[in-house]
Amino acid sequence: MRLKNKDLLGLEYLDREEINLILETAKPFKELFTRSVKKVPPLRGKTVVLLFYEPSTRTRISFELAAKRLSADVLNISASTSSVAKGESLIDTAKTLEAMKADFVVIRHSMSGAPQILARTISASIINAGDGTHEHPTQGLLDMFTIWEKKERLSGLKVAIVGDILHSRVARSNIWGLNKMGAKVYVVGPATLMPPKIEQMGVKIFYDLDEIIDELDVINILRIQIERQKENLFPSLREYNEIFGITDERLKRAKKDLLVMHPGPMNRGIEISSSVAEGSRSVITEQVTNGIAVRMAVLYLLAGGDSRGMKR
Amino acid sequence: MRLVIRNGRVVDPKNKIDKKVDILIEDGKITKIGESSKFRPGDVTRSTITIDATGKVVTPGLIDIHTHLREPGREDEETIASGTRAAAQGGFTSICCMPNTQPVVDSVSGVKFILTTASQEGVVNVYPIGSITKGRKGEEIAEIGKMRIAGIVGISDDGKPVMNAQIMRRALEYAKMFNLPVISHCEDLNLSIGGVMNEGFTSTVLGLKGIPSQAEEVMVARDIALAELTGGKLHLAHITTRRSVELIRQAKKKKIKVTCETAPHYFSLSEEEVQGYDTNTKINPPLRTKDDIKALCEGLADGTIDCIVSDHAPHLDVEKDLEYNIAPFGIIGLETTLPLILTNLVSKKILNLSQAIAKLTVNPANILGLEKGSLSIGSDADLTIIDLNLKKKIGNEFTSQSKNSPFIGMELKGFPVTTIVGGKVVMKDGKLV
Repeated sequence: MRLKNKDLLGLEYLDREEINLILETAKPFKELFTRSVKKVPPLRGKTVVLLFYEPSTRTRISFELAAKRLSADVLNISASTSSVAKGESLIDTAKTLEAMKADFVVIRHSMSGAPQILARTISASIINAGDGTHEHPTQGLLDMFTIWEKKERLSGLKVAIVGDILHSRVARSNIWGLNKMGAKVYVVGPATLMPPKIEQMGVKIFYDLDEIIDELDVINILRIQIERQKENLFPSLREYNEIFGITDERLKRAKKDLLVMHPGPMNRGIEISSSVAEGSRSVITEQVTNGIAVRMAVLYLLAGGDSRGMKR
Repeated sequence: MRLVIRNGRVVDPKNKIDKKVDILIEDGKITKIGESSKFRPGDVTRSTITIDATGKVVTPGLIDIHTHLREPGREDEETIASGTRAAAQGGFTSICCMPNTQPVVDSVSGVKFILTTASQEGVVNVYPIGSITKGRKGEEIAEIGKMRIAGIVGISDDGKPVMNAQIMRRALEYAKMFNLPVISHCEDLNLSIGGVMNEGFTSTVLGLKGIPSQAEEVMVARDIALAELTGGKLHLAHITTRRSVELIRQAKKKKIKVTCETAPHYFSLSEEEVQGYDTNTKINPPLRTKDDIKALCEGLADGTIDCIVSDHAPHLDVEKDLEYNIAPFGIIGLETTLPLILTNLVSKKILNLSQAIAKLTVNPANILGLEKGSLSIGSDADLTIIDLNLKKKIGNEFTSQSKNSPFIGMELKGFPVTTIVGGKVVMKDGKLV
């Protein structure tokens, strides 16, 4: 089995079988990391451009490692969004990359839909590494991989996503993906940070985590940004912490094997307490490791590979 | 010079005509309408130009009371010359241009510039609309009286609302003296801030900031209240939502002096078109829901919505080929307005032909007090001939200097084939003369 499209723009556009394929493919790649030589040859001779219009350390390094461990040549381009508004347009940048014969363009952009513009302009495979408040599909995939690895299933699990759902591409990708895999998704956060009609995506809204904490299998905690307070979306960080912050106290009623996740970077003491982040339920650092494996799987499959190749 | 239009189905809603008659035009005026048997031998001589309208519909020249011509200031996007040519191509004989140019038309000199340029370079009648406030800043009312004397037909800060209710109140009161309608762009800027499309499920999925329909509706409600308070003439621009239609319907029942318009894209396209992030779907107010489309159709049918305008808003490809968030709002419309009305309203029996033509002729003329919009004897010979059966796919080529249209590639049925302005044929067989 192979992926149907040349691009990975969002989990909205993948079906259950494709998500399964990516997760299955990521598994042997992760096993590679325990070896002394972590490099395999499938992308030898291919060029992967990392086009980052937004600062990002975690995602960029993860993609860079993934590409390099597949033996691809990696080119880093970082541009500030302001220079785009003033100078070269995204479409012109895309055409330049096309002329340089890039095979993959991994794009991170502050504006929703930017990867779509690239995908319809050039023939390279476009991988969305996070666009505005739209999607962050590889984060969604690595979150699902992490859950799947620990729980050996996704179907039937109860997953809460807590925090600023409105501005979160991570939440949207997780919702699409988890729903397709048969999990039950709750979104929890301030009413002002809930996207309009989010329940139509197949989630249930809660403003009080304590109502559901005892039934959850997974809690995925989103980063809260102080800038949102200036838009009057919540009154203060300390109030946010009091109502939505995840602490040991709040987790007392939770299942023993609850998984605590966070896409990073964390605001310790605000959306998550340090002891929860470091606690036995936390899989936050494992998410980082899994991110590389999942991104290798995505690159490998988009290059035309199939699952049999890596199982050999 | 004499011109006779023969054998057409003449639809003139003002005079309640819908029958096959001939029209005689002499020296730019309509001098006779009747069956060909009623014409005397002297009426049509050898030098009379004959236009055969067999199988076509002949209507009063179409009027668009909401156009952006971009001159002065953005002649790269459109000029008075190119915009009036696009109008003629679209079957319009009169257009009213919005004052949000650079500089803003907020004084006599701006009005004179437009009238002078239009008389020299324009191919259709151009009526300027002046701004409500100086520089469209919403702070001080402009010299409305002086602009009226110079020739404006209405006032508007279009593109922006007058956020301060007290200033809006003063404008309605003051403009009342000149019987000038105040054309309101209804948008509460605090509610719409940062928004780029309709707020709802689609905006959530696309991760684009939404503009709730309430941003429009609270201002519709406010302006109706102010019209009631002042007795001023209020015209609400580009109405897009169900509740706006309901509020206006109620206000009309209460005999408040309010009229309104919508544009073809609002009843032709829904917010779902934004999927794929095509910036030619980025319009302010935004494309709304299918339920809003239904309400607009009901409002058009029962007369709550008086007229249909193009809201022609030219932008260059380089401005539109950007990320959705930073692309400008607006689409061109002069060349697709009539075909969209015929295809999406008349063919679907939401309006009959006479009702549809009324919304492009007598109704807009009445709103702005233009002596246009009918085929009455003695009136200016502005006429449009329409082929209801002509099917065409909207191509990538427009008479307008810009081509930011979401309708490219769409097949429409019913197009203007001839446009006559003051007895002069400016567009014939679909081609500008």
